Amino acid sequence: MKYIDEFQDPDLARRLLDDIHSTVTRPWALMEVCGGQTHTIIRHGIDQLLPDQVELIHGPGCPVCVTPLEVIDKALEIASRPGVIFCSFGDMLRVPGTGRDLFQVRGAGGDVRVVYSPLDALRIAQQNPDREVVFFGIGFETTAPPNAMTVYQARRLGIRNFSLLVSHVRVPPAIEAIMQSPSCRVQGFLAAGHVCSVMGVEEYPELAERHRVPIVVTGFEPLDILEGVRRTVAQLERGEHTVDNAYPRAVRPEGNAAARAMLEDVFEVTDRAWRGIGVIPDSGWRLSAKYRDHDAEHRFSVEGIQTREPAECRSGEVLQGLLKPHECEAFGTLCTPRTPLGATMVSSEGACAAYYLYRRLDLTPAAREATPVV
Amino acid sequence: MPVLDPAAWTCPAPLRDQPRVVMGHGGGGALSAELVQHIFAPAFGGGVLAQMGDAAALSLGGVRMAFSTDSFVVRPLFFPGGSIGDLAVNGTVNDLAMSGARAAYLSCGFILEEGVEMETVARVAEALGAAARTAGVEIATGDTKVVESGHGDGIYINTAGIGLIPAGVDLRPQRVVPGDVVMVSGAIGVHGVAVMSVREGLEFGVEIESDCAALGGLVDAMLAVTPDLHVLRDPTRGGLAASLNEIAAASGTGVVIRERDVPVPPAVANACAVLGLDPLYVANEGKLVAFVPRAHADAVLDAMRAHPLGAGATVVGEVVADHPGMVVARTGLGGTRVVDMPIGEQLPRIC
Repeated sequence: MKYIDEFQDPDLARRLLDDIHSTVTRPWALMEVCGGQTHTIIRHGIDQLLPDQVELIHGPGCPVCVTPLEVIDKALEIASRPGVIFCSFGDMLRVPGTGRDLFQVRGAGGDVRVVYSPLDALRIAQQNPDREVVFFGIGFETTAPPNAMTVYQARRLGIRNFSLLVSHVRVPPAIEAIMQSPSCRVQGFLAAGHVCSVMGVEEYPELAERHRVPIVVTGFEPLDILEGVRRTVAQLERGEHTVDNAYPRAVRPEGNAAARAMLEDVFEVTDRAWRGIGVIPDSGWRLSAKYRDHDAEHRFSVEGIQTREPAECRSGEVLQGLLKPHECEAFGTLCTPRTPLGATMVSSEGACAAYYLYRRLDLTPAAREATPVV
Repeated sequence: MPVLDPAAWTCPAPLRDQPRVVMGHGGGGALSAELVQHIFAPAFGGGVLAQMGDAAALSLGGVRMAFSTDSFVVRPLFFPGGSIGDLAVNGTVNDLAMSGARAAYLSCGFILEEGVEMETVARVAEALGAAARTAGVEIATGDTKVVESGHGDGIYINTAGIGLIPAGVDLRPQRVVPGDVVMVSGAIGVHGVAVMSVREGLEFGVEIESDCAALGGLVDAMLAVTPDLHVLRDPTRGGLAASLNEIAAASGTGVVIRERDVPVPPAVANACAVLGLDPLYVANEGKLVAFVPRAHADAVLDAMRAHPLGAGATVVGEVVADHPGMVVARTGLGGTRVVDMPIGEQLPRIC
């Protein structure tokens, strides 16, 4: 695989950093939308290398973090039922629902399986015709097309024992919600490259124009991030606010036509709750009426599950860029990856987990309390 | 569009209790450590157990020896570069080697699942015997049990081993001091990715073979340079990160590694990039990490490189007085990050 070493080259990184340092004349606050970008920034210490005037605010783009507690509870309920094989990507297993997680459901005898593709779940359904197989379909525009394809294939092949528990979310309405928040400090966005590889960039010019923010489509390797920052800062310094594609090796302006057609067929836009943030209008997808037979919520009658979350965690503010993870009083003490108060500390893409894992050197003594080991 | 009210945003209460065993309790990270600390150690009492190393260093009749046990539950039973039979020998042999001991005798307990094919049992037994001969260790005693169909994964194996610790060798994390050089014997993450590739049916473009090997000979070569090595670790479950964290915590020192100096083969790096895993946390079965006094570092490194199992040996970092108990990586771009103890198992990312 190419494009790993090339995009982590320290000499090229230094040149990009020099350019950013020489361009910036005043403070700017940029938001990287995607959790994968947050992870890269913290893992490589990129935020330490940028000028002090450039602040990176970590956005709500971690699919694990923003999946509502209510949906996790529905997953736990379905996975606990006899005869069900519940399939999920790995990092959803440790996300706390109300009092337990999918690991604990598995420990109590539930058949919970980690898969690497939703099509693996479909294959499991074919191999187990006497069992109900459910795939946990969460994530942004990036993971939605393959999940849509799975339902499409289930219908085409007549696999009736397969259903999808859907909690898909869309980036542009989240950017809209963030910009409309009275406490918003974001002046420019690094848009999520993988989302744009599916959806293209056509949803963004209107947002950039109306809110007068540059939006730069950015990739995930260290040099991608630095190039995204460089272009965003350059626009801000020039007083511009356009949409720019800094990730052309993966993103075409029109996106992926086949994937979009699949989304159009299988899903319909709906209001969606984001964990820690609240309901954002038109920010999600659900299965469209013609695929209702494959909707796990409907099939297992869990639509009625409603969950209220105790007000102990400030991850909503973190997800909106209003609070740095280590500014939360629970960070590193009450709330660690071992005892997460919220999903931002559970997911490897969560801003709190990234800070806890990689940045405790710079933080308070309390926050640096190491996990006890033998 | 509603006005977003941060004051109203909430999150769930933490999961503090684990009323049942979860897979993470066997992952070699913090959950495993807590299980031992909270359940096993209080029940078993102190004494030698308090050493909590890969093997226990004992004195019996005036003779210093190392004693270790390990259980093997790998799925699939056969993987590129090895099998559960190889692991059952090399895992325990290597645990002993990390005490400086050359394994002499092993016990071998088989737990077989009803219905497993006899040919499979024979293949595993042959692999186990061959691995023992290669490692120069004798299987002296054994046991077999059978569980009902559906109550096992075909074959589970437990081995225990003993070996003599040479005079003058005292390998303990407590001996680690600032200035010590941290080195690894070769590329990391290979075994974990090899097993994952067949277990999960993942194709990474090239076949990755496990590095499963017995390290007794390599350790002998290192001790021949100087018996004054400070600590050795066999970074299996939890990978290099778990071993470094254990040593930093037990020695009360800080460890700094340079990420670019950690040898990660491209195939492992690519597989980890695809799955969202960190190679530092991926299991190894034929590698060691050594903390060596600076005065002996060059000579020990040369000796490692002269041995077939240490040809890729390299220095990855050093011990410092700063940030005691913490492992810090200098990133390729010049930043720093904390390399933490893994909690349970690494989980593949969604996207």
